[in-house]
Amino acid sequence: MEAKFISHDDTTGWLDALSEQHVVLAPMWDNTVVTFRPHVKGRTPVLDRMPVLPPKEGVFPQNEMLLKYKYDKDPENLDRTSVQVKETLPQDTAVVVGARPCGTRGMTVFDRVYNCEKIRDPYYVGRRENTLFVTVACTRIESTCFCHDVGSHPADAEASDVLLVPVAGGYVAEPVTERGNALLDSPFFAPAGERSAEAAEVKEKNRAKLPAAHDYTGCGEKLMDRFNDLAFWEEQSAKCISCGACTYLCPTCYCFNITDESVGLTGKRLRTWDNCMSFQFTLEGSGHNPRPTKAHRLRNRVNHKFAYYPDLHGGAIACCGCGRCIKSCPVSVDIRAIVRAAQTYTPKPAPEGGDER
Amino acid sequence: MSTLEQLKEQIRKALPDLDVVIGWEQGYDAMHATPLFIREEADIDRLIWSPLCVHSLGTYLTGLTKSSKVQKVGLVVKGCDSRAIVQLTQERMIPRENVTLFGVGCSGCLSHARLEYKVEQGGHYVEDMHAITFNGDKVEVAVDGGVESFDFDTVCLEKCLTCRFPNAIATEHFAGEEVPVAPKREKAPSLEAFEKLPLDERFAFWQDQMRRCVRCYACRNTCPMCVCRDHCISTSRNPHWVSQEASTAENFMFQMIHTMHLAGRCIECGECQRACPVDLPIMLFRRTMVHAVKDTFNYVSGADPEATPPLLTFKAEEDNINERGW
Repeated sequence: MEAKFISHDDTTGWLDALSEQHVVLAPMWDNTVVTFRPHVKGRTPVLDRMPVLPPKEGVFPQNEMLLKYKYDKDPENLDRTSVQVKETLPQDTAVVVGARPCGTRGMTVFDRVYNCEKIRDPYYVGRRENTLFVTVACTRIESTCFCHDVGSHPADAEASDVLLVPVAGGYVAEPVTERGNALLDSPFFAPAGERSAEAAEVKEKNRAKLPAAHDYTGCGEKLMDRFNDLAFWEEQSAKCISCGACTYLCPTCYCFNITDESVGLTGKRLRTWDNCMSFQFTLEGSGHNPRPTKAHRLRNRVNHKFAYYPDLHGGAIACCGCGRCIKSCPVSVDIRAIVRAAQTYTPKPAPEGGDER
Repeated sequence: MSTLEQLKEQIRKALPDLDVVIGWEQGYDAMHATPLFIREEADIDRLIWSPLCVHSLGTYLTGLTKSSKVQKVGLVVKGCDSRAIVQLTQERMIPRENVTLFGVGCSGCLSHARLEYKVEQGGHYVEDMHAITFNGDKVEVAVDGGVESFDFDTVCLEKCLTCRFPNAIATEHFAGEEVPVAPKREKAPSLEAFEKLPLDERFAFWQDQMRRCVRCYACRNTCPMCVCRDHCISTSRNPHWVSQEASTAENFMFQMIHTMHLAGRCIECGECQRACPVDLPIMLFRRTMVHAVKDTFNYVSGADPEATPPLLTFKAEEDNINERGW
């Protein structure tokens, strides 16, 4: 597989051609923000920044119809109804263009859960196997970025099929998988030649922009040490307003709801993104909720990513370090600071007059 | 003594009688502040006061005052923030006697979105901003080794351009000097522009905007007037009033519910729009509603602690509603 070059001007044409065969999701200006949208012929994708929303939409859409149903009443006996169910498995092939390495790498967190020995989610796997990721190496290191803390870097090609590296006048396209290589078999590309050296320099330069990586080794145990320390979680979650911006914008948050959305006698069974910051998360039918306060729920979000998930999946942290949860949090809750607080925790001296607990 | 020093002093004196005082501290970088929960005297040192202190801290009150562990809450409030407390008190949504307000005068808050747009227009990358100074009418941003200067009016939150309540009202304490009341605009420029659109274009405008709402409910949860909290009808499952589907129509439905529930209550703090991760211009709804309430009931929410909100009372013959004339 050989690296190729595509000019800025040809990028739109290439996406136009790809969209003849696939659903192409690409970052677009959506009024004042950049989100992933189905590519419209002739529209230039916005590849110079991290989109506000994560690329997971391409494989794990916010709204996914699992099946359609229709009730029929027996005209002879109106108490008797029958139901027809029609499964709606995904059929399209898709290409997600323009995610950052962090966002694309987020899909690996999904794969270990929805496509493993125990579970093979047909909807997820159907989309995942039919979706290719054309990722853009990152040149914009923000104060909220910490991909390098969680074992990645701005030019990480993990889970990508093609990595586009910005160079003068366009991109060096490095194929990562055979299927990615096939996407580059197009007249819009020329051999990369000497530009490959420039691409290597760009990668190196941006890696060097990141500060020294924080060491999360052993953070899972430290977080579990605090599991029953609700005072710790109350302090960490005090400013959280329990909205879902962090989870919905997260490339690795994979929890979902299933609801039946009926209109009269017909309806659809819908899978939608769930949000562990919400009171309804794990609210049981009895009315009991094992996570009744925002302290319990924030503990779940942080521990899921940095303790429970790594414990179940060979140490892999379920966070890709994109920083969307920090940047888009209305009150600037910083997940890095919470994990660090658990890592560096030292008990406060007991107040005079004894400990309430 | 500076406003901040006065504020710290007032909090220091009051803290022994309070369980927590909520203010702001520096956030994860030079450009952001974040709410600070002061429980011990040492925490006071972290308090800041600047145009970065955008958050309306009243949003924590309905949750906190229900907690068994917290009885007495102190809150640092700007003018707009204090109106929320007045309105919540009138609605008997908070035990006002357990709330101590530390008021300040505010000359406006920074809009990160507008500043980032300006910085980018100037040919810089927003991530290269590493310091910000507020200097009277100017905002100076250190970026790329140089300094860019902007008129504050061009990078402040839009609500600050029309603000008639820069000074906190009905507070127990007030730090610093009062700020002169000097709205720069009669009406929000975005609303003026929107109202010029014909009706069909307004509908198209909203269809285009509402498509990208992800229903994260940041708008709802930052809103100090959203008091239903865990019992909001838009997330209730039983009854299942609103679909889970985040489609244009359903998103519009939720935003309309939010707007209608704020009729005569919205104090225009603009937190909903500031919090929105996809920058939906939802203050257009709020401002339209605020103007409608003013025109119909001659009422301004949260402006007068002695007033009765129009939807909490009743007149046999409303002055501006023609109930018999059809």
